[in-house]
Amino acid sequence: MRYLVLLIGDGAEKPWPEQTEEEQAAAMAKFGEFDAACRAREGVELLAGEALSDPRDATVMRTTAGRVELTDGPYAEVIEGMGGFYLLEAPDLDVVVELLQVLPPYDIQIHPTVDVTV
Amino acid sequence: MQQLEEVVREEWGRLVALLLSQFRRLDLVEDALADAVEAASRTWPVDGTPANPAAWLLTAARRRVVDRLRTEDVARRKEPLLRTDAEHHQRGTRTMADSGSLVEDDVLRLVLMCAHPALAPEAASALSLRLVLGVPTADIARLFLVPEPTMAARITRAKKRVVGAGIPFAVPDASVLPDRLDTVAQTAYLAFTAGYSPGTGPDLLRAELSGEAIRLVRVVLALRPDEPALVALLALVLLQHSRRDARTRDGRLVLLAEQDRTRWHHDEIAEATRLLAAPCLARPMTPLAASYAVQARIAAEHATAPTAGDTRWDRIVQWYDLLLQVAPSPSAGLARAVAVAEDRGPAAGLDALEGLEIPGSHRPAAVRAELLARAGDTDAARAAYDQAVAACRNEVERAFLVGRRDEL
Repeated sequence: MRYLVLLIGDGAEKPWPEQTEEEQAAAMAKFGEFDAACRAREGVELLAGEALSDPRDATVMRTTAGRVELTDGPYAEVIEGMGGFYLLEAPDLDVVVELLQVLPPYDIQIHPTVDVTV
Repeated sequence: MQQLEEVVREEWGRLVALLLSQFRRLDLVEDALADAVEAASRTWPVDGTPANPAAWLLTAARRRVVDRLRTEDVARRKEPLLRTDAEHHQRGTRTMADSGSLVEDDVLRLVLMCAHPALAPEAASALSLRLVLGVPTADIARLFLVPEPTMAARITRAKKRVVGAGIPFAVPDASVLPDRLDTVAQTAYLAFTAGYSPGTGPDLLRAELSGEAIRLVRVVLALRPDEPALVALLALVLLQHSRRDARTRDGRLVLLAEQDRTRWHHDEIAEATRLLAAPCLARPMTPLAASYAVQARIAAEHATAPTAGDTRWDRIVQWYDLLLQVAPSPSAGLARAVAVAEDRGPAAGLDALEGLEIPGSHRPAAVRAELLARAGDTDAARAAYDQAVAACRNEVERAFLVGRRDEL
């Protein structure tokens, strides 16, 4: 299965700007470890993964009656704190949850994708 | 067709598990098995019961799944499948680093899938009763006090979520398994308490449905006989359930002290006492298992007292002290206050009750009322009963509280 993994909030992790340099380095190391853990696990493939810029840089695009409207800021409170994402191929939810425990204890949404190709 | 009913009751979970490991189609398996049972109810009385009834049902259900797959044909390839660790074996890989010495049992896989932490607890409970035990949806609906169509929709939704979210039909790594079995225990206990918990009507039959939750614990315990959470939970539910016939009289609630102890199921009490002596309960265990074990020991103190007057309230208070360390909760605090009152008198009980609140519950007020009445403070007792009656939503319990108030 393919999963979109959204890092939606700091959760139990201290917010990035409040962290000391050492804490930031430790958090960065965990992303490296996650990368390595995914590579080491058979049946798992990390297809994409990016950190996101400040949510205030986000733009919401809506089309109403053919007219495009743009608003600044993220779509909803839930993703206000979204800091990054991964696109991951994995055999099942348990494997994804196990691997994600390598990351700092963020709040995370794990969302399967669907194959829409005919 | 008593024989068919017995086979269905005993073998349902195993048959579902076997069909799932072969076809991985959670959406088809249950209907196929139900069709096979229906066919059996028509043909067995005419042709006689087959030599191996379970195998007959399995073959018939398999045929139905295959028929469905044929009619679906091309569309089938796009149907999302249940994730099994079998496919990882086929690809020469393993989901988990090490399966250790675990028995790879299809029924255990089924149980762990139904009671997965990614499912809402009530959905997991309903799904477990339906798939592992084959409890009819109508009975599960009555247990959880919802209309049958609501329950049917909830079960369908749970099945869709299992497939959609990628919840595996697999036994996890040994390091994770105790936690997962804790979730299984919680799932079974939720189903058990549903049969006793505050309802909005006087449906006393629901306690019998709690017996199905006990059956679920037994099924899982048979697969993992030394799991502390399951041993402790079985002891706990057996002790609670053993009082079912004495709990109500003429539709009214009977307090523990006033129950006719000859109507308790003493065989169940004896089994629970044996379980509590199991060596696995003397070893370190998860907080949940410890909490079930202590609650069971409290229930055992009541169950083994020859009369209410012989109850060892001093020991019960000590068990509650331990319970509050293992698993602190306002309801444990409330129960401890009751025990303190029995042991040292109503004034000590009222002290223990000080500052204790359970949002949305009538019980703290009901206990305070009772203790105030015993202490002779009738006016305060009446006010506390009024408060409890106003907050109580269960008809049987409310009638009981009104009765106590009017006796003042």
